[in-house]
This record gives sequence, C-alpha cells and structure tokens, in this order.
Amino acid sequence: MDTSEDILHQASPDLVRGSETARRKRAARLSPSFVSWLQAGPMMLVFLAFFLIPLVFVVIVSFWDYNEYQLLPALSGRGYTDTFEGCIAQLPELCTIAKTYLKTLKLCFMVWAITLFIGFWVAYFLAFHVKSKTWQMGLSLLCTIPFWTSNVIRMIAWIPLLGRNGLVNSGLMKTGLINHPVEWMLFSEFSVVLALVHLFTFFMVVPIFNSMIRIDKSLIEAAYDAGATGFQTLVNVIIPLAKPGIVIGSIFVITIVMGDFITIGVMGGQQIAAAGKIIETRVNALQFPAAAANAVILLAITFLIITMMSRIVDIKKEL
Amino acid sequence: MSETTRTTGVSRRTLLKGTAGLAGLAAGSGAITGFPYVKSADAKVLRYLGTAVNEGDDISKQCLKDTGIKIEYITATTDDVTKRVMTQPNSFDVLDTEYFSLKKLVPSGNILALDAKKIKEFDNITPVFTKGETPGGKKIGGQGTAPWKVLYLEGKDSKKFATSATEFVTLIPTVYNADTLGIRPDLIKRPISTWAELLNPEFKGKASILNIPSIGIMDAAMVVEASGKYKYADKGNMTKEEIDLTMKVMTEAKKAGQFRAFWKDFNESVNLMASGETVIQSMWSPAVTKVRSMGIPCTFQPLKEGYRSWASGFCVSKGVSGAKLEWAYEFVNWFLSGYAGAYLNRQGYYSAVLATAKAHMEPYEWAYWMEGKPAEKDIKAPDGSLLEKAGAVRDGGSYEDRMGGVACWNAVMDENDYMVRKWNEFIAA
Repeated sequence: MDTSEDILHQASPDLVRGSETARRKRAARLSPSFVSWLQAGPMMLVFLAFFLIPLVFVVIVSFWDYNEYQLLPALSGRGYTDTFEGCIAQLPELCTIAKTYLKTLKLCFMVWAITLFIGFWVAYFLAFHVKSKTWQMGLSLLCTIPFWTSNVIRMIAWIPLLGRNGLVNSGLMKTGLINHPVEWMLFSEFSVVLALVHLFTFFMVVPIFNSMIRIDKSLIEAAYDAGATGFQTLVNVIIPLAKPGIVIGSIFVITIVMGDFITIGVMGGQQIAAAGKIIETRVNALQFPAAAANAVILLAITFLIITMMSRIVDIKKEL
Repeated sequence: MSETTRTTGVSRRTLLKGTAGLAGLAAGSGAITGFPYVKSADAKVLRYLGTAVNEGDDISKQCLKDTGIKIEYITATTDDVTKRVMTQPNSFDVLDTEYFSLKKLVPSGNILALDAKKIKEFDNITPVFTKGETPGGKKIGGQGTAPWKVLYLEGKDSKKFATSATEFVTLIPTVYNADTLGIRPDLIKRPISTWAELLNPEFKGKASILNIPSIGIMDAAMVVEASGKYKYADKGNMTKEEIDLTMKVMTEAKKAGQFRAFWKDFNESVNLMASGETVIQSMWSPAVTKVRSMGIPCTFQPLKEGYRSWASGFCVSKGVSGAKLEWAYEFVNWFLSGYAGAYLNRQGYYSAVLATAKAHMEPYEWAYWMEGKPAEKDIKAPDGSLLEKAGAVRDGGSYEDRMGGVACWNAVMDENDYMVRKWNEFIAA
C-alpha cells in the first residue's frame, strides 16, 4: 500500500527538507533493507539491552557457585545438580522438579484449553455478530475489566465468594443441594484454573478477534453459496484463517501461566507447586545461581513448547 | 492515502522536534537537576530500609519534630530487605532488620556495626538481648539465632561474633515479640494448650502455617517436638536428618489435607482467620489484634512448649560516614528515647528500652500490655481505634510470662540451602 517514498518519509525526517532533487539523490542511496533495519532498530536495541544481555547474565550466573551471602564466580553445576536431586535415585517416585513441572504443565494445559474455547467464541461473537465498530471496541474493552484492580485485591475477593462461608457455598446450602460447605472451590487446582482463566482469556480474545476481523466476508458468503453448512464454514474457512490469532493467543497464555507463581500461590493456598515458585523461594534465600539455573530450565521448556506450536503454524507466513 | 500520510507525518515531526528541543533545553539548563541537590544539603535525611513493623508514619513525623531528621522509609519483606542489603548496599542509610539475618549480613561486609558508647540508653536495654534473661531473672530459651549470640562483633570491621560484650554492636535492639499459634476459640470450642494441636486431625483442612521457610520450619519443629516424635538438640540449627524428619511429618500432614492454605503476608493471615477458612495457624500478634478489632474472636494462644521469638534492631550501611553517621546515631538514640517504644508497645510488640517507653505510656496502658493486668479503661491502638474493652486481659499475660516462656528464636541454619530445597519439595508434595 505505502510506496517506498512514504516509508522513507517516516523513517528519516531529515530527508524531506532540502530541494526535491537533492532529496531524490539521497533517497536513492538508502537501500530498502537499510530502511527496514532503521525501523526495527529501536526495538532491537531495547530488546538487546533489557532482554538478551540480562538473559546472558542469567545463563552465566546459573553456572556459578554460591554461599550464604554471596555469588562465587567459579564454574559450578551445583545449581543444576541440586535442582535435579534425586531424579534418578528416587525412581520410580518422581523428584521435586519433575513433580513441579508436571503440575505446572497440567495447570498450563487446562488454562490453555479453557481460555482457547472461551476466547474463540467471544472473538467469534465480536467479529461476526456485532456489526458496529463502536460496539466491537466497547465490548472488547469490557474484557479488560479483570485488570482494573490489583492482583492482591482480586485474590482476596475470591475468598468471600468461594470460601467455606462464601456466597456460593451458602447459596448451595440454602437451595439444599449440599449439606456441608464444599471445600474444593478455594485453595485448590480448581480455584487456580478459575483465576487464571478469568485473567488471561483476554489474551486469547484479542489476537483471535484480530485475525477474524480480517477474514474477507466474501469468503464466508462463497462458502454459503457453495452450500457449506455453518459447521463446515467454521471448520474449513474460519478456523484455518484464524490460526495465526489462535497461535499468538496460545503463546501469550502459555508463557504467562508457565512463569506464574503469584496467582498459583495465592489461589492455591501456597500448597501447589509451580515452576516460578521454585525460583522465588531460591531467590528469597539468596541462592541466585540456583534460581538462575531454574530460570534457564523454565525458559528452555517454554521455548520448546512454543517451537512445537510454531511448527504447526508458520506465524511469519500467515501474517 | 499517501497524501494524508504525508501531511500527518509532517505535523508529527514538527511536534516531535518541538518537544525534543524543549526537553533538551530543560536537561541542559541544570535548573532541574540543581534544585533537589540544594535542598538535600540543608535537610537531614536518612533512608530507612526495613519491614513494615517499625515504620509508622507517626514515628517519622514525631522524629522530624524532635530531631529535624527526615526519615524516608523503604519498605520491603524480610527476605527482600536481606536481598537489598546484599545487592544494593548503597541504596539505604539505616537498616532495620532481624537478628537471624545477621548470619548472612555480617559476613557480606555490607553493614557497619554501631558503637555502644554512643548509644545513650544502651545500658538500659532489656537483659533479654544482653543476657538472655527477663528483667525478673527468668532464663530465656536460646535455640536458634538468639540475639545475645550475635549481638557483638570482635572488632569494628570484624566478621566474627564476639562471645562476650564488646562496644561493637551488630544491631541496636528496637523491637521483639513472642509468637505462638492464633486460634478461633468460637469455632474450636475447647482449650488448646500444645503446639501438637496444629496437626490434630480434628482440624483437618482448617490449619495453616507460615510459608517463609526459615520461620515456618521453626513452627514445624515446635509441632514435631510437642507431639513427642523427636527432641531436637537445637531446633534453630538442624542436621540434614532432622530437616528430613521434620519435613516428612509436615508432608504427611499436607498430603492428608491438614492445611487449608499457607500464608506469607500479614493480610493473608488475617483474612484466613477472619473468614473462618482456618481455625488454628501460626500468626503474629498484631494480626490477631486486627482480627479481634473486626469483632471476630481470636486468641493468641499461649502453649505449654513455649513461644517462638524474633527480634530486630538498627545498624547502618557500610557507605554511611561523617555527618550522616552522626544523624544515624541521633536517630537511633531518639528511637530508644520512649515515643517509638510506647508506640510499639501499644501494638502488642515489645520495646528494647522498657523504662523510657513506660514514661510515654499511661499507667493503665502499661498495666494491660506489660503487666498482664485487666484493662482499667478501653485499650486503644496508636491510631486511636478501639482494640480491647475495659476488663480484657492480654493473651499470655505479662512481659515476664511471655518473654520468659520463649523456647526458640527465628534462625538461619547452617544447612539453610538444604532446608530450602526440602521446603520446595514439601510444597510440591
């Protein structure tokens, strides 16, 4: 859509000054690839300074030794060997780290499946059933409501709702459905998944909605004209075209849940293990190399999952 | 399309140029950077790093009024305070921290011991800190990192704790307390007298402990010992086998569903108890008071095995010297001079210098908080809200009874690293 001239205008403000001919000459010298580097440059620098370099440090520190009060910059695998302690000796029983990751992956899968299901249909509703742009905007803003209060307040607010003497329990008791308060609703996997779904469905809705809104409506009409049922249109037209959104949303949700320890901690009554929780405990005990080693392991596993997902859909191509 | 892009593009550029110019002008002029510098040269400011325990607004206001020193609070959790001392020793002046973290802080060399001779009230500090006994002469349990074991250094820059009194004090004592289990008497409906009750199946799904490993393990050890399963040589410094045993008992209880939740934050503990999610749990004194002030019965239950105690005090960052060091001494001296001590006593903590605090309290307040006598009048919190009606008696009674009943102190063990790993295992079980 934009001509290369337009791109140049945005990229290098100085070029518009000066005579038209001089401008042409200078513009000719800038190759398009240089311009795209220039455009990506600022983000790249931020990424380098605040992500890649710290990450390199984390990896380096993960191979250091430590004592009660300081890091010892000597090559040591202690952070890793401690982490995998008992993984072979305890067999067939699982070691701490394996148990923790199994639990984290289980929670992650449940949250992913539920947010995908809910998020897909919310996005579908917004994209195909809500006709006016204003309403689409307004309704998607509504999805951000869970973020309007602080994490801690939101967590505390679940107690009067799901707790032993909470609203749901007293409601169920009054209707006579149960005699004793149900306890599994709070400080359990159920409450963890509920809180995570409540928070992160939004991250599914937005990218899927974004993909759906760009589907050419004439394709759907064509499917209809060709005699496809609603279900066939959904499976053969909409889902394939919404795939990039689904994958991006999934990456958001999976990376957030894999690293979460605050929501899992508070909603799980601090009794449910999480990969992030191990890191937190280690950091709090000033065992930075061990924490760094755990961070590297978490990163590797999350990266693996995302690589697998991008094998399924080539996001670069689809965008 | 391309036409409109061009026009908006131009106007955006002009705007950007304009703002950048302005910003550059402001940054270059020195007017902005110069201002706070001039101001800070006049005012006496101390950056005060600590947990929320001692950090009342009333205390800093009164301090400014009395001494002209402006206190800037940097509030963090116990763990984060330690982390900050290790990683950013220049980000604070005065440090308010617990004695048990000294085993980490002193070897790091990031803190500076204070000179006892410059502390006016040092000789009047309660013998709890200096001798390990109450003013009435009761011997206090010394398991764990008891303050008198780590109170003195061998020399000014020494990293070794002295066994007898020297003038180099690691932390000038400020506040301490004796902790125990909090219970909901209205829901339990029978007397509770031992730590072992925490794992009583009667309270299945209604118990809780602290999820701070170094404190939680002490509570766990009190329970294990009370239930007669094992007797530790020193609960505050377990061997690997003892850690394994303690965690095994706790893990079995966890798997059986004994615990409703673990808590980490003051407010979490209040919420668990007030909502009835738990009926018995490790707790801190002001949290019990808070539940009670909501009109919900809650008792800070004295138990026959005794209390788990903690204590904190002041030192300064190694970077503090000259005039700033003098202000730090002035501030510490002011802190021990009574106002702050009375303030802490009224919250249910104990102040390090009893005599000065007493002078700042009403006799009926002193009788209630320190002597364990029934309240003659309504007892009010420092902010004026009602804590107890006339006639109430403090849980656990007098200072002598409570501090005299201390069995162990919060600790950092030699096997801390192993303990933390086992704690993670316990959470994952």
